Amino acid sequence: MTSDRSIRVLLAKPGLDGHDQGAKIVARAMIDAGFEVRYTGLRQTPEQVRDAALAHDADVVALSSMAGAHLAFCRRLKPLLEAAGLADRLWIIGGNIPAPDVDALRALGFAGVFPVGTPLDATCDFIRAYAPRRTAEARAGAARSTEEAAR
Amino acid sequence: MSKPQPIRPVVNESGIAIQPVYTADNVEASGGLAMLGRPGEYPFTRGIHPLMYRKQPFTMRQYTGFGNAADTNRRFKYLIANGQTGLNVAFDLATQCGLDSDDARADGEVGRVGMAVDTLRDFEIAFDGIDLDRITVSLTVNGSAAILIAMYLAMAEKRGFDLRTLRGTAQNDILKEFVGRGTWIYPVRPSIALVGDTIEYCAEHAPKYSPVSVCGYHIRESGATPTQEMAWGFCIARAYAREVVRRGVPIDDFADRLSYNFNIYGNLFEQVAKFRAGRGLWARIVKEEFGATKPSSMWLRMIAGGGGSGLTAEQPELNIVRGAYYALVGALSGAQTMALCCYDEAYTIPSEYAQRISLRTMQLLVEEIGLADTVDPLGGSYYMETLTNQMRAEMERIIAETDAAGGIVDLIEQGAIQARVSAQAYRLRRAIESGEFPKVGVNRYRNEGEAEREVEMHPHDEAGAAAQVAALKRVRAERDAGAVARALERVESDARAGRNLMPAIVDAVKAYASVGEISERMVGVWGRYAEPVRFDDPDLAALAKEAA
Repeated sequence: MTSDRSIRVLLAKPGLDGHDQGAKIVARAMIDAGFEVRYTGLRQTPEQVRDAALAHDADVVALSSMAGAHLAFCRRLKPLLEAAGLADRLWIIGGNIPAPDVDALRALGFAGVFPVGTPLDATCDFIRAYAPRRTAEARAGAARSTEEAAR
Repeated sequence: MSKPQPIRPVVNESGIAIQPVYTADNVEASGGLAMLGRPGEYPFTRGIHPLMYRKQPFTMRQYTGFGNAADTNRRFKYLIANGQTGLNVAFDLATQCGLDSDDARADGEVGRVGMAVDTLRDFEIAFDGIDLDRITVSLTVNGSAAILIAMYLAMAEKRGFDLRTLRGTAQNDILKEFVGRGTWIYPVRPSIALVGDTIEYCAEHAPKYSPVSVCGYHIRESGATPTQEMAWGFCIARAYAREVVRRGVPIDDFADRLSYNFNIYGNLFEQVAKFRAGRGLWARIVKEEFGATKPSSMWLRMIAGGGGSGLTAEQPELNIVRGAYYALVGALSGAQTMALCCYDEAYTIPSEYAQRISLRTMQLLVEEIGLADTVDPLGGSYYMETLTNQMRAEMERIIAETDAAGGIVDLIEQGAIQARVSAQAYRLRRAIESGEFPKVGVNRYRNEGEAEREVEMHPHDEAGAAAQVAALKRVRAERDAGAVARALERVESDARAGRNLMPAIVDAVKAYASVGEISERMVGVWGRYAEPVRFDDPDLAALAKEAA
């Protein structure tokens, strides 16, 4: 069992969408919940999200999308995360997600989909419940392979 | 008798305590009527024109644009046929971020949230058949604004309009993009210089064109209070004005072409007082700080927008009602132009139907219920005059504090303003979730167990995006490659030399150089903005004390 303190979240703003009010609110809620949060800022490409998730050794990869490009982005991100060995992490997405897209995002591997209006604590509770409980050894292993990849 | 439950906060969002009853004593205690004046006279608290809407109602200008230029041209014509009197153009994110439609970073974004623009050809199509003397056009673009202003001027000139008399507006307020909205490209300092270039260039070549609309709107959307919205808007406008004055352009040559974009949501009286207070304060700043002598230099001209942050995804039909109240605020406040977020806008690009409801809401105010009959109808109310004085004093306090803490430009560069508004937005979100801050349909009066009324979703046109890329390739093949190369070289060398970039950019767009090609030359010289990431809650008063 790991404590909340050790849950690491990579929170990213995918694509060109500039609406970051919600992402920053969610980041603050996650910090208050005791998670270690790395927020990427705006304009992240799928490759940048993957790299940041690896660099942060994230347990949770979280996206915030308000401007409608979420499906196209997630379709490109999924194989990158898988190839980087991040399939065992919790992937979640929040923002302006129309109801018909929720199932498509779940099918892409985004276990948590949080449309606008989701209470902040519900998102944090979900992370607490479903973030992978990775052992210290697994983390050290991930750090080693990231270093090796960097070399 | 049972104790009545408080249903509204008695301290407004700007931190001012609201009394149950106001009298002449409150007005006196808050500073009296010294700043009131008459409409059309300094300090313009009651309005910038003597007769306001009695002479000309506010311009109705819904934010519109999607797909390619031809799609958007059809929607423009629909709105004009329905009585809209101006255009407010939405661009897709690739265009706004200075990327061409065939750029990998634009994948999935072409034509999605606005019209795709790559070259002058797109502007020629978008405004085809629209009389630019009768319908004024506002370009909602910031990072790539200099390029799109150049395109607009080149398109108008090509169509035979006289640039000396051409009117129109560009948003072109880059400083607020760093705080909210996020379509920045270059670092803070060269971005300000580029805004200065557009103001200086227009003052000389298109003196009726408004090259900047300073936006408190998005700062408020990001979490600022109404008084911070105005105060920081003024700080940003001062930063641009200083940049231009520093170049030797007299304040009276450009100040009356600066305009504003402010937000309407929240408490009705607080918003009206905000605009009345802001008008007096801006007039005083331009007169006393910049030494303007022309009355029109001191005018706070504004578009007031019924703000998206007030609208809800829950019970979206209530957004029609909210929109009507926001429009009422705009009309009571003497806005020059108005736009309303549509009821479906929490979900999607507005449908024609939703756009028309917003437009009819404004028409109804003017033509049916008497909002255009008399100037500043709330003027003289004990409550309104007291609140106006208090809001003005609070804005002055925030400006002084911001200056003392290092000034708006430094504070934005450090990410301090961003961190402050986001901390406030977080607290407000928590207050909404706890029910402490009332939001109908969200934290009370929910339609439990009922599905939301369906909103028609605007489809993203993938085929249209591909057609846009194909059209760009055709333009690239047909244009004079030598002329483009020379024009782009000049953009780069002028950027390196610190010259006003507008002449070079105008030449480049006339040669059909693309948004991405021009923008990348400037990135090559200046680099890209690196966003400061902060989750603290900076206290400007403490920063000011430290600096002193």
